[in-house]
Amino acid sequence: MGLGTFKGGIHPNDGKNLSKDKPIKEILPKGELVYPLSQHIGAPAVPIVEKGQRVLEGQKIAEAQGFVSAPIYATVSGTVKAIEPRRGVVGNKIMSIVVENDGLYETVQYPDHGPYEKLSKDEIRQIIQEAGIVGMGGAGFPTHVKLSPKEPEKIDFVIANCAECEPYLTSDYRRMLEEPEKLVEGLKIILRLFDNAKGILAVEDNKRDCIEILEKLTQNEERITVKALKTKYPQGAERQLIYASTGRKINSKMLPADAGCVVNNVDTIVAVYHAVVEGKPLMNRIVTVTGNAIKNPRNFIVRVGTNYAELIEEAGGFKKEPAKIVSGGPMMGFAIFELDLPVTKTSSALLCMTKDEVAQYEPTNCINCGKCVDVCPGRIVPSRVADYAEHHDTEKFQKANGMECCECGCCSFICPAKRPLTQSIKSMRKMVLASRKK
Amino acid sequence: MSELKHVSSSPHIRSKITTSNIMLLVIFALMPATLFGVWNFGISALMNIVVCVGVSVGAEFIYEKLMHKKVTVNDYSAALTGLLLALNLPPNATWWMSAIGSLFAIIVVKQLFGGLGQNFMNPALAARCFLLIAFTGRMTDFTYDGVSTATPLALLKNGESVNILDMVIGKTAGTIGETSAVLLLAGAAVLIVLGVIDLRIPASYIISFVVFIVIFGGHGFDLNYIVAHLSGGGLMLGAFFMATDYVTSPITSKGQIVYGILLGILTGIFRLFGGSAEGVSYAIIFCNLLVPLIERVTMPKPFGPEEKEVQA
Repeated sequence: MGLGTFKGGIHPNDGKNLSKDKPIKEILPKGELVYPLSQHIGAPAVPIVEKGQRVLEGQKIAEAQGFVSAPIYATVSGTVKAIEPRRGVVGNKIMSIVVENDGLYETVQYPDHGPYEKLSKDEIRQIIQEAGIVGMGGAGFPTHVKLSPKEPEKIDFVIANCAECEPYLTSDYRRMLEEPEKLVEGLKIILRLFDNAKGILAVEDNKRDCIEILEKLTQNEERITVKALKTKYPQGAERQLIYASTGRKINSKMLPADAGCVVNNVDTIVAVYHAVVEGKPLMNRIVTVTGNAIKNPRNFIVRVGTNYAELIEEAGGFKKEPAKIVSGGPMMGFAIFELDLPVTKTSSALLCMTKDEVAQYEPTNCINCGKCVDVCPGRIVPSRVADYAEHHDTEKFQKANGMECCECGCCSFICPAKRPLTQSIKSMRKMVLASRKK
Repeated sequence: MSELKHVSSSPHIRSKITTSNIMLLVIFALMPATLFGVWNFGISALMNIVVCVGVSVGAEFIYEKLMHKKVTVNDYSAALTGLLLALNLPPNATWWMSAIGSLFAIIVVKQLFGGLGQNFMNPALAARCFLLIAFTGRMTDFTYDGVSTATPLALLKNGESVNILDMVIGKTAGTIGETSAVLLLAGAAVLIVLGVIDLRIPASYIISFVVFIVIFGGHGFDLNYIVAHLSGGGLMLGAFFMATDYVTSPITSKGQIVYGILLGILTGIFRLFGGSAEGVSYAIIFCNLLVPLIERVTMPKPFGPEEKEVQA
């Protein structure tokens, strides 16, 4: 079987060697934990605790508001210190619950759901919704919404996004290496929701070892196959992943379900396993702390709410002064001003770079080289679309299919004139989306 | 750790390819043909190259200074324009012709339209055509080994015989940089391997040109005739180094193929049915004008299902 792939994409230096051989290590938070009420797409959660109240690990502290939303759980035992706005990853202040860790790690009694084969579809969905699981690859879309398409019998494929195409990130890689059973079991649980679906574990072929492990684990699973994908960025972008693994195409206006697909990231599927089999809500995730500025790059299993500065400390601190710190990968992550930020459900990595490659170059005139056109997985003409965006020409922007951009960043990466193409297109897309909502 | 870190919008990494190192690579790839030109035609060729590059870079520098614009000579694009113009001049062109050509290329064709990336015509070729019209006699006077002679293409057009081997190596009359097909190809191969240019334009250009002369050349599928046409005149220089100029070629991949095919046909028409034996320069600057139109009709379809599939 050939490698699944798509047209376009780039091959940046992947930087994964820094942390790929470092086993996952659990770290316990020290100081206060901060839980932003909005760690997902949809309505922010509503606090159900009060200042001064004692909470236990695994206790729900904020309730989902409506269907497209997700509850939030305390990840340590301690006292609610404040409910106040705190700085979030993108720089804005988000209403957050602050819990002072008492270091006792007293937990609630986690429910026993029994063997998942005996649970009904609705019960499984209910458990996932109640566990506060959201897309942990970065988007943070509530998983139960994804798993509740209008016509579940029309879903043909449940794709586990094991591509991990972002440079430097190794959290999914370590998870597949160390706990592949949880991934496969999690996928089997999700497959129970879709009677006609086949499971696909889609892995980039730079992770040969994971492919072998997963193939061995699934050799007796009739409904699950492992699909090797060509290693290139953005192989794990939803539309590209669906095409590379199934040959089906969707555009920006469609949902994966329109093509009979449901896509979930590795950590999300493992969270489903934890929720259904162990009765535990989403409380932790794997974060890769890496970059040339970090002394000992590592993969940590971290409780949501832990301060970023503690992660850096656990990784041995800085060996060089970082020029730029990114929450997430270098292609789509967010550069952050300061480290006083909490790990959220969607924090996949903390990348500390010694060089600010963006500031290093001055943007110059477009020379019409067409490299952005060659790499664009959305097959638009980024240089032109960015021109329209810079001139605030909403009409031409949309006519030139600017809304089909998936913001992967390939055009900005490749541009010899170092134009901030993705940035311009992204801002315009936000404006257009905002005006559509009105 | 109290001070704030740099932030910027994603992506946070950049490739090492820059405009200036692309230009440098192209200049580097032209070196074999350039050095051969100097060896083949002697000191007058060298003088023309020096004048063209010097005046081009100088003109860009002075113009940008006077206009209070950012000086961009360090992107090497002006140097490349000067070099390309020189390679397109006859070896015994006078220094003032080279200087006027370079000024025309940089000031009129490039800077007046907004500088790098904004010119709608290849500056070097536009300047060459300007000189051809202004100084027709001098521009078509080809001297080789001290004797005024016709270029192989002119001989071919008159039905005379040519030495194919000499033409491939480049030991013939012609402009400074166009004669050695094999060295131009060697340089182009480097650019293709490094991904600076891609084969879409040169391949579609050459293939459509060959098809055209096979049909209309009156020689049928005569390999000697085809090789003579391919290595004669400015075809190799034009197809690999001038038609592939980013600024003046289509940005879309389909458009690049359409552009290449049009170039092949036009070059064929000019060479076979035109007044002069040569036609590459005019074909390229004419097609430069068609680029916006070509781009408009070849815009790629965005990724997604075909229209039919959506309705189904």
